[in-house]
Amino acid sequence: MAVSLREYRARIKSTESMKKITRAMELIAASRIIKAQQRAQAAAPYARELTRAVSAVATFSHVDHPLTTESEDPKRAAVLVVTSDRGLAGAYSSSVLKEYERLASKLREEGKEIETYVSGRKAEAYLRFRNRSVVQAWTGHSDQPHYEVAREIGQALIDAFLLDDDETGEREVDGGTVSFAGVDEVHVVFTRFRSMLTQEPTTVRLLPLEVVEGEDKPSREELLPLYEFEPSPSEVLDGLLPRYVQSRIFFALLQAAASELAARQKAMKSATDNADELIKKYTRIANQARQAGITQEISEIVGGVNALADATAGSE
Amino acid sequence: MSLHVELVAADRLVWSGEADRVIARTAEGDIGVLTGHAPLLGLLVEGVVDVQTTDGETWVAAVDSGFLSVANDRVSILSETAEMAHDIDLSKARQDLERAHEAGEGDDEARTEVRRLEARVRAAERSS
Repeated sequence: MAVSLREYRARIKSTESMKKITRAMELIAASRIIKAQQRAQAAAPYARELTRAVSAVATFSHVDHPLTTESEDPKRAAVLVVTSDRGLAGAYSSSVLKEYERLASKLREEGKEIETYVSGRKAEAYLRFRNRSVVQAWTGHSDQPHYEVAREIGQALIDAFLLDDDETGEREVDGGTVSFAGVDEVHVVFTRFRSMLTQEPTTVRLLPLEVVEGEDKPSREELLPLYEFEPSPSEVLDGLLPRYVQSRIFFALLQAAASELAARQKAMKSATDNADELIKKYTRIANQARQAGITQEISEIVGGVNALADATAGSE
Repeated sequence: MSLHVELVAADRLVWSGEADRVIARTAEGDIGVLTGHAPLLGLLVEGVVDVQTTDGETWVAAVDSGFLSVANDRVSILSETAEMAHDIDLSKARQDLERAHEAGEGDDEARTEVRRLEARVRAAERSS
């Protein structure tokens, strides 16, 4: 009994220190969420102006652009999965990956091959563990994405999209070369931040572009003016569309970051609550064990005394 | 009447306010915008944006490639990175530029980088 009492005490102690950690993580996540939301808000004007400009060009010039052209017979699709770098965020990463698997099997049913691009260590680990190929992975930024990363990812996806089906390209990245195949579609799987309580995994088809979609499309009543283009509509479009793609990816990364932090806060809060409960339970058991130990000792002493008394009585 | 100007970088709104005149560099050359300008969508190259506000002040900013859109006396300047000149450290900007010159202008990327750094130095020089 005395041994198990010590064990319970050790358990209480370790649960207490775990509680401290989860509590700290909860607080950190809570403070970062506000920052993440501010960043998402700060990025909104750029996205809004870009969307306006793109829809203006699309409305007034009927220029075909490779990035908006649908392939007649799509054979290969690229999927970008956005997960977190670290765990301890509840079901955050696994629900994105579930969404990815759903999309992947749907695309496969349509007879398309899948090229996977990854942002976040969790998805990379998930896919590599299952020996599935990953074309390129970007990691180390999941809770504070920078525009640079969005630009890199955007460029990589555009490069792949602009290649023909049967071609493959190569790109130098630090630590070697990455070879990628041409794709006909690009999808992004990320988690949309609805509120602190709900974040939902979402799939968006990024390329070919469907212009006049998106978060902040200008209202119908707002008439778009008749623009002059400098140097020319097609060149303006050339400059605009890649940026539009990058800004959509940046949007996805920011949403994912806010969702990750919200999920982490929630997970850590329930972990802290659980730790509290465990501590309570273990304390009760420990008290019981202590009591039982004392009772046993007393009864042993009493038993001993009685035995002694019997022995003395017998010898007389 | 005045122009409503917004200078927007990819991750934040850098400046917004009323202005009398905006000068920016498009792919075709410098362009000046006054009130009542016809709607315009232009490609910007790495360079300096010069804005004269309604209080008679002038500020400059360094931008890398981006867009200028003008419509109904609203001017939006979009650029992935935009920096107000007074936020740029001139001596540091000069050092960066020198280093880029030394590294050479081998490919397009390096040339763009040099042009961007030149724009930063120019902007900082003009504000000081």
